[in-house]
Amino acid sequence: MNIDSIHTGIVIDHITAGRSMRLYELLGLGSLHDVSVAIIQNAVSRKMGRKDIIKIDADIPVNFDVIGYVDPSATVNIIRDGQLVEKREIGMPETLRNVIRCKNPRCITSTEQELDHVFKLTDRRHEVYRCIYCETKAN
Amino acid sequence: MKSVIDILDLSVEELDALIATAEDIIANPAKYAEKCHGKKLATLFFEPSTRTRMSFEAAMYELGGNVLSMTDAASSSASKGESVADTAKVISCYADIIAMRHPKEGAALVAANNATIPVINAGDGGHCHPTQTLADLLTIWREKKRFSGLTVGLCGDLKFGRTVHSLINALSRYEDMHFVLISPTELKLPSYVKEESLKAKGIPYRQTTSLEEAMPELDVLYMTRVQKERFFNEEDYLRLKDSYILDPAKMNLGREDLIVMHPLPRVNEISVAVDKDPRACYFKQVLNGKYMRMALILKLLEEAAS
Repeated sequence: MNIDSIHTGIVIDHITAGRSMRLYELLGLGSLHDVSVAIIQNAVSRKMGRKDIIKIDADIPVNFDVIGYVDPSATVNIIRDGQLVEKREIGMPETLRNVIRCKNPRCITSTEQELDHVFKLTDRRHEVYRCIYCETKAN
Repeated sequence: MKSVIDILDLSVEELDALIATAEDIIANPAKYAEKCHGKKLATLFFEPSTRTRMSFEAAMYELGGNVLSMTDAASSSASKGESVADTAKVISCYADIIAMRHPKEGAALVAANNATIPVINAGDGGHCHPTQTLADLLTIWREKKRFSGLTVGLCGDLKFGRTVHSLINALSRYEDMHFVLISPTELKLPSYVKEESLKAKGIPYRQTTSLEEAMPELDVLYMTRVQKERFFNEEDYLRLKDSYILDPAKMNLGREDLIVMHPLPRVNEISVAVDKDPRACYFKQVLNGKYMRMALILKLLEEAAS
């Protein structure tokens, strides 16, 4: 399958197969009505067997914390004028601010709407994030 | 600005210092009678809790300070829709320190993030209640004179009991602790507490459903209430409820130097006949709570002034 290479934009590569749609949603890529976005699922990879890739055909600001949260093994390639200008390994962010919402109905964030939803990485090995207010595990 | 939201906000060294201060308060109350002269504690209780509020207020009065009290959220600005953040900013203009209880988990952290004075969490829903844990720690210290080499039995509702989780977190920072988790299967300690507080630190523990079987090995027995509403059906509740009632017959199985604790209020999980047993420490625990709140108020006010 061929997808055109992009001239200026962002390629999120080495996404664990199956995680690209979650990343697409959390990055809000569905709301970019004037930007071409390609999601490639289950692409063959020498390193990973199968992987997902997202190509964004514009140099838009991307929240790297979201990428690190959904898939810390993903890499980000920034392309300008057809050239790879930056390749970033992401890793897991220590803090997530307004990336995901706390679903605990007893949490103070459920009633005080102006509060930021903040999660901290509490267990790197098991990729566990907990709400800083009520310590409920993110899922 | 130092606030105390979770017991883990206090290091082991800080806990040791608080215990030393509480011991000194008990030995020399007159020395502390004017320590907080001219200072005001605001007790913001968004849900009723007469005893915790009174403990904080008694603590402040015994330090020579004054108290501003909000005891009913319905008559406060919260009922008009004021946020916790705004309440904390406003009360910071009137008082020197806040003790706050709120039904929502994390409310005390929101207050601490917005106040310009120290905030003590006096209970945020089912989440944390650090000053109860301070009372528990002082009781163990005064009765056992050590925090190492102890076998601590936790009995009853280990699933929802916030005091149990806090106490495990606090004690698991000391050396050579052993835990015996005594509960019905339905109310076992949540796996994340076992994983993060016990297994990750290599702390030995075992689980049992029998209080009788565990009694002989315990140095400390921490009782909590098994509530009917926690069970899926009444049959299970009726089958199990008496197993977790501590009575003189079960006390006979315990060691001579056992201590029995309970965060109170008790309903029927410790029979009144046990109160006469010198090993029953739950009313001492209440008094110890006041001394530890005095020590904590003093520490936070001193740090805020420096």
